[in-house]
Amino acid sequence: MNKCTERVYNGIVKENPTFVLMLGMCPTLAVTTSAMNGLGMGLTTTAVLIFSNMIIAALRKVIPDRVRIPAFIVIVASLVTIVQLLLEAYIPDLYSALGIYIPLIVVNCIILGRAESYASKNDPISSAFDGVGMGLGFTVGLTAIGIFRELLGSGMIFGAQIMPANYEPIAIFVLAPGAFFVLAMLTALQNKFKMPSATNGSAPSNLACGGDCTHCSGSSCMTNHELLEEKARQAAEEAAKKKAEAAKKAAELKAQAASNAASLKKEV
Amino acid sequence: MKELLLIAIGSALVNNVVLSQFLGICPFLGVSKKVETAGGMGAAVIFVITIASAVTSLIYNYILVALNLEYLQTIVFILVIAALVQFVEMFLKKSMPSLYEALGVYLPLITTNCAVLGVALTNVQNEYGVLKSVINGLGTAVGFTISIILLAGVREKIEHNDIPDSFKGSPIVLITAGLMAIAFFGFSGLI
Repeated sequence: MNKCTERVYNGIVKENPTFVLMLGMCPTLAVTTSAMNGLGMGLTTTAVLIFSNMIIAALRKVIPDRVRIPAFIVIVASLVTIVQLLLEAYIPDLYSALGIYIPLIVVNCIILGRAESYASKNDPISSAFDGVGMGLGFTVGLTAIGIFRELLGSGMIFGAQIMPANYEPIAIFVLAPGAFFVLAMLTALQNKFKMPSATNGSAPSNLACGGDCTHCSGSSCMTNHELLEEKARQAAEEAAKKKAEAAKKAAELKAQAASNAASLKKEV
Repeated sequence: MKELLLIAIGSALVNNVVLSQFLGICPFLGVSKKVETAGGMGAAVIFVITIASAVTSLIYNYILVALNLEYLQTIVFILVIAALVQFVEMFLKKSMPSLYEALGVYLPLITTNCAVLGVALTNVQNEYGVLKSVINGLGTAVGFTISIILLAGVREKIEHNDIPDSFKGSPIVLITAGLMAIAFFGFSGLI
C-alpha cells in the first residue's frame, strides 16, 4: 500500500475521528438529526480539512513555531469563511439546516488536531490525503449516526420512507436527548467489545479537564498533557536515583557490617 | 426590560447551550467529575463569555458593520476571543491574584470552547445590540454553569452505584446528560 492510500485507510478505518478518536463531538451530536445533514456537515468539514492540511503543510517551514496555533486558526477560519459563502450561494437548504455549526467548524478539534499532529510535520501531498481520509472518516461517522437517528426518529433514511406504515416513530431520537442516548449506546458497545476507542480505558488524570487529551485535543490540553508526562518522567527518574542511592547505602552498610564482624572475629 | 429578561431566561434554560445546542460538550463531559471543579469551570466560563460577547458585539457593530466587512466575522471573532482569554489571564494574574488562583487553570481551556464563539455568532445572527448581547452571553454562560454543576452532582452520586461494566465511564455520563436534556425540555413552556 503506498503512502497516500495508507493515509486514506488510516483516516476512515484505523483512526476514524468519530468512532475511534472521539473528536469533534459538538457537531457529531448537533447535526446528526438526519442522514442528509450528517453527510452535508461531513463533506463540508472534509473540504475545509483537505485545504487546511495542504496549506499548513506547504507553509510549515515558514510559520514560526511559537505562533503556529494562531497562524493555523487564521488559515482554518479563512477557509471556513470561503466554504460558508459558497454554501450560502449554491446550497442554501443545507446552509440553513446547518446554521451556526458551519462557522463553528473553525473550533472543530479534528482540524486543529490534524494540523498540529500531521500537517505541520509532513509534505503537502500526503497531508492532503490525510485530510481526505480523516474527512471521509468523519463523514462516514456522522452519516451512520444520522441514518440511525433518522430511521428510529422518523422512520426514514435520506427522506425516503423505510419503516412500514404502522411504525410509530420514536420522536425523541431526532431531538436533543436522542443524540446523547445514541452516542451513549455507541460508546457502551465499544466498551463491551473492547474496540479501540478513546473512551475505553481510564485517563491518568489530575488535570482540571480530566486529562483526556485524545478526547479533547484542545492545544492547551495537549501541552498540559506533555507537562504531566514530563513530571511523571522526572518523578520516575528521581525514584530510580533514590533507589540506587538506597541500594548503595545498603551495600555500604553490609560491607561495614561484614568488616565489623571480621574485626570482632579477630578480637575474639 | 421585559425583553432582556426573556433573552436571559431563554438562553439560560430554554435553549440551554449544552443540552439543546451541543456547544461546549468537551468541558461539559471532561470537567464534570467533581462539583468543585465544575463550579470553577462554570465561573471562568461566565467571566469569559460575558466579556467576550461584549467585546465581539462592540467590534461587530462599530467596526465590521461600519466598514462593510461582515463576512470577516468568523476570523475576527476567533482571534479576538483567543487574544482576550490570554489578556484576561495576564490581567487577573497581575491585579487579582486570588481570583486567578481560583480560575487560572480553567482559563486556557476556554479558548477552544466552542460555546464562546457560538454565543458571539448567535448574537450576530439574532441582530442583538451590545446590551442584549451581553445579557445573552451572561444567560448562556449561567445555563452552562447550571448544567455542568448538576451533571457533576449526579456523577458524584453515580460513583457509588453499581453500573453494568460496559456502561462504566463515558456511556453512563452521556445517558445522564440525555436524561438532563429531557428534563430541560420542561422549560420550553416558560417563554
